Amino acid sequence: MPDRLLEVRALDAHYGDFQALFDVSMTVAAGSVVAVIGANGAGKSTLLRCIAGAMPSRRDAIVFGGNPIGDQPAHRVVAAGIALVPEGRRLFPSLSVEENLLIGGQLRRPGPWTLARIYDLFPILAERRRQAAPSLSGGQQQMVAIGRALMSNPKLLLCDEISLGLAPIVVRDIYARLPAIVADGTALVIVEQDIVQALKVADHVYCLQEGRIALAGEAQTMTRERISAAYFGA
Amino acid sequence: MMEWLNTIIQGVLLGGLYAMFAAGLALIFGVMRLVNIAHGDLIVLAAFVALVVVEALSVNPLTSLLVVVPLMAGLGYALQRLLLNRTLGDDLLPPLLVTFGLSVIIQNALLELFTADSRKLNAGQIEIASLHIGGGLAVGVLPLIQFALAVMVIAGLQWLFYRTALGRAFRATSDDQPVAQLMGLNNAHIFALAMALSLAVVAVAGVLLAVRANFDPSIGPARLIFGFEAVIIGGLGSMWGTLAGGVIIGVAQAVGAKLDPGWNLLAGHIAFLIVLALRPEGLFPKVQG
Repeated sequence: MPDRLLEVRALDAHYGDFQALFDVSMTVAAGSVVAVIGANGAGKSTLLRCIAGAMPSRRDAIVFGGNPIGDQPAHRVVAAGIALVPEGRRLFPSLSVEENLLIGGQLRRPGPWTLARIYDLFPILAERRRQAAPSLSGGQQQMVAIGRALMSNPKLLLCDEISLGLAPIVVRDIYARLPAIVADGTALVIVEQDIVQALKVADHVYCLQEGRIALAGEAQTMTRERISAAYFGA
Repeated sequence: MMEWLNTIIQGVLLGGLYAMFAAGLALIFGVMRLVNIAHGDLIVLAAFVALVVVEALSVNPLTSLLVVVPLMAGLGYALQRLLLNRTLGDDLLPPLLVTFGLSVIIQNALLELFTADSRKLNAGQIEIASLHIGGGLAVGVLPLIQFALAVMVIAGLQWLFYRTALGRAFRATSDDQPVAQLMGLNNAHIFALAMALSLAVVAVAGVLLAVRANFDPSIGPARLIFGFEAVIIGGLGSMWGTLAGGVIIGVAQAVGAKLDPGWNLLAGHIAFLIVLALRPEGLFPKVQG
């Protein structure tokens, strides 16, 4: 694979005595889209949290742009160029839409994304810029969450369940904007329950099952049978 | 009638000082949910620091703010970074215990260094200057300056919280600490900045206290109580609520003292209990989204 942006090497993760990830390895090429699928509790969110530094891991278990970052705290990982759109959006409720976006850009990492470009990508947010974040619809809140992560100008954007709890038409609308993000050279890792949606945009797919990689490969080579076998361990 | 008006005016001016006790408390509770039991003793510490600065440099107490404020802010940053950050977590008890211990340590260290004697800072001629506002009423220039300083501090904090990048970071961290980290904010640093700001306000409050009245190492805990009461009366919604809370306590104390000198403190506590009974969320509660 050319130009390995992110490498996860034999990653284990624990919550107390419970082991959530076993020996997980994956690679993300610069500018590519990787989908991580799997059933509830398979460890998808844990994987993203480890990459983003929200959970500590072995130093060399996560290598980003050639540098081991597994032991770095979240705020350093963002500075290095990895941004997470957390599950459930997690906007700052006491901040306005624009303030939420500005918080994302607080580090002033140089790059293509500015407030104006976020408003180009999601024009509705420009209209709602002064409103408190919780007053927006679910889809609009998801746009703010994505915009907020983009404001840090990441080389790698991690999206955790961005379709969760949204109407299908809204999900299609949000997924339609993803190519514009990749076009600027940002690589994407998408964790998704909606497999059809995920396969449509992804170059590569990893399927997690009970904390282990059960299936990995190019998105085009994935058949319904292979996925369902990896999903349910049939 | 004029006598009562005078009492209320004095109470309002005193309330400015209480509002400053409260502002520093409200700020750190708002940002990191830390209840600082040592807050009152830090006010007294600031007063003693001012005493040393005034004697060493022979400057006016108000000028000493230029030294005392940065000194206390630096102390706040170090205190948070080296000690208090380690106590923060899901459990509210460790920060309570540690700041309680800190309170005991500060009191005894001050007692050791400065003895139990009452001290006061002398601001010179300005202390006895007054303005006649008609009807035979006069207000002291110094209390007026103190109240104006309190309003400026509160307005400054309000502006900082809602108009600056640092304030935005404070509010985001207060909303959701883990996600704030994901946005590149280092909580340890943000918390330390909040404590530095809190102790900068404490420094102003301490110097004003020291000019206004006698102080000794043991008076900290009572200042903490006044501050707490002002915060709770005001509600945690806005800094202006804190000012209102301080003024209410100040007026209640002044009116109480007017009725019977022994009712001074009691009246303040009763006003607090009445507000707590009628509006437990305070007068200006935080609007929940």
